[in-house]
Amino acid sequence: MWKYFLRRIALSLLILLGVSALIYLLSMLMPADYIDNQTYAALQSGAMTKEDVQRLKELYGLADKSFKGIVKSYLSWLKSTMSGDLGFSFLYGKPVTKVLSEYIWISFLIAFISYILQIIIGIPMGIKASVNQYSAYDYIVSVFAMMGTALPSFFLSALLMNVFAIKLGILPLQGLTTATKLFPPDAHFQILLDKAWHLVLPISVLTLLGVGGTMKFTRTNMLEVLNSDYIRTARAKGLSEHEVTYKHAFRNTMIPLVTSLSGMLPGLFGGAMITETVFAIPGIGYMALRATQQGDIPFIMGYNMFLSILTVLGMLISDIMYMVVDPRVKLS
Amino acid sequence: MGLIDIFKRKKIEGVDDTMYLTLREERRISKENNKIIRKFEREKNRKNVPEEEYLTQMRDPSNVVEFEDLHTYFFTDVGTVKSVNGVSFDIPQGKIVGVVGESGCGKSVTSLSLMQLVQAPQGQIVKGSIRYQDSNGKCYEITKMPKDKMLKIRGKDIAMIFQEPMTSLNPVFKIGEQMDEVVLLHVEGSTPESAKARSIEMLKLVGIAMPEKVYNSYPHELSGGMRQRVMIAMALSCDPRLIIADEPTTALDVTIQAQILELLRDVKNRINGSIMLITHDLGVIAEMADYVVVMYAGRIIEKGTVREIFHDPKHPYTIGLMRSKPTGETRDNRLYSIKGQVPNPINMPDHCYFYNRCDKAMNVCSRDYPDMVDFSSTHCAACHLYYGEGLQEQNKGKE
Repeated sequence: MWKYFLRRIALSLLILLGVSALIYLLSMLMPADYIDNQTYAALQSGAMTKEDVQRLKELYGLADKSFKGIVKSYLSWLKSTMSGDLGFSFLYGKPVTKVLSEYIWISFLIAFISYILQIIIGIPMGIKASVNQYSAYDYIVSVFAMMGTALPSFFLSALLMNVFAIKLGILPLQGLTTATKLFPPDAHFQILLDKAWHLVLPISVLTLLGVGGTMKFTRTNMLEVLNSDYIRTARAKGLSEHEVTYKHAFRNTMIPLVTSLSGMLPGLFGGAMITETVFAIPGIGYMALRATQQGDIPFIMGYNMFLSILTVLGMLISDIMYMVVDPRVKLS
Repeated sequence: MGLIDIFKRKKIEGVDDTMYLTLREERRISKENNKIIRKFEREKNRKNVPEEEYLTQMRDPSNVVEFEDLHTYFFTDVGTVKSVNGVSFDIPQGKIVGVVGESGCGKSVTSLSLMQLVQAPQGQIVKGSIRYQDSNGKCYEITKMPKDKMLKIRGKDIAMIFQEPMTSLNPVFKIGEQMDEVVLLHVEGSTPESAKARSIEMLKLVGIAMPEKVYNSYPHELSGGMRQRVMIAMALSCDPRLIIADEPTTALDVTIQAQILELLRDVKNRINGSIMLITHDLGVIAEMADYVVVMYAGRIIEKGTVREIFHDPKHPYTIGLMRSKPTGETRDNRLYSIKGQVPNPINMPDHCYFYNRCDKAMNVCSRDYPDMVDFSSTHCAACHLYYGEGLQEQNKGKE
């Protein structure tokens, strides 16, 4: 089994290397780089000359856009990354690792809460829908699930903001703190409550978007299991329908469910780019979007490598969980 | 105009589209199905049904189970499938009743009806009765029995062994857990320890050499024959009065088949129960059964003792079945097969269902469905050859 993991980890490193090269190439090929974005206005007004811009580019290491130049700068990025240094973010003026570790937590908090909500809402709904297949409940829940999955996040966010923040005015519109309120520095609880109040809408959006998928996934797997021979055996034993569903059937449905849901766990640190931006929440997704728009290459690289590692980790966790929940599976 | 045309049936040259349904027909079928299904489901889901409603009297007290005019239909999207269409037979105490027929003839659905395990909501018992007599002589009408009362019979008094031992055990629970469950459920005052002892005793009874080891194994760690033994052990653990064995040997290889059959007969004698043996293997029937019921397209076409059916088959289908079993006697004789196919289960004809495949078909056979003709107190068959107009026609041909 250890051999299996070592092989998987070696393979993951190879994947990460490929991903990093690809992202580096793509971000270097972006038509307007960080310096172009920053100096555009000054160049137009004549405050800076083209030579100044070129000098700045050289300073930032963005001057040579030939293939050879890109390879050279990629290699130097790779070298410093290997030693644990992800570089300095152009836009935020701080080391990339520091920006990441600062903004990750709020994103994780939002994602984690909505993940838990998805599980405790989606799974029971899916089970109930599968047990009462083709009933009114099944149809209603399925339609809402489809709607939730199909709605774009920015649209749903705008919709909820319009209803709850603007029309009804019961929830804050954007941000993480109320700017017009002044809290005494020792009123920790009040500050926490204020923040929590601001997170209600973004968490609702993420939950609504995700719960449909969880529900559908549970329902489909549950239906498959409920039609299998061993469920008939369980019924033939004289077990009550409740025991058949929640013990014999659900234990089997849990296999795909646990593997896919546990695989999602690392991804929770990745941030929800669009939702965070719409609600102006300073999470990692929001920071990454801004950095990408500005061509902040060290941060783009750092963030995307972080995402890749999370994905690879998610797959590994999925595999391990598969072995844990299914007695038939042995990793080798 | 264009929109309306969508709902009209278009005729394409050279294509037989009688099998296809238009949107309107489809909608009508699903509407009717919903109505019927809802009616039956409501009846089944009633709470606190008084016992008098499902208590009944056996026709013959020496029987464990009596089927009478049982109709089990499936209300599917393309129409009503009459899987079991008026089936009547008895299972006497301590006897083995074999039910034979080709795939899809309704033999499994008959047994599932007895267990109230027909795939709901599409599958419903529409008409007829199934009477069951428990060890105290109390008789229950299974078709009217509420679900919660049925749970006390299932697995305890009537146990079932399924065709596929590979998939009939839950893959995520150990054999022990699955076996203990039955004992804990049905034997009053049982503890986890007593259940374990009982399970291991049962595993020993079915000839498993290392019961402790099997008890702690997962199903995937056992072979097919072992799993079928486990299924039998599980079925036996509450001393059932009737074991339904639904093609218990079909999925096993030949050497194991004989062992399993031997085992079944052995345990039947030990617990003095009855067995309803469902199979399409005539060899198994000849070996095991006391009585034989031959089914075709949802109906019984012939029944009798095993001797009567094997030595003196009456119905052309039974005769065909007998001829199509390999004998190994003659070298150049190809294996006989009954020509043609079973009619479409949705639109069953009014006449004999075997008419289009029968080599003795007569005019009368295409007009009405034949009645049951008695040949002895135990032997009867449904065929025009033996009564009325058909018999006359037959005699005329001979002259």
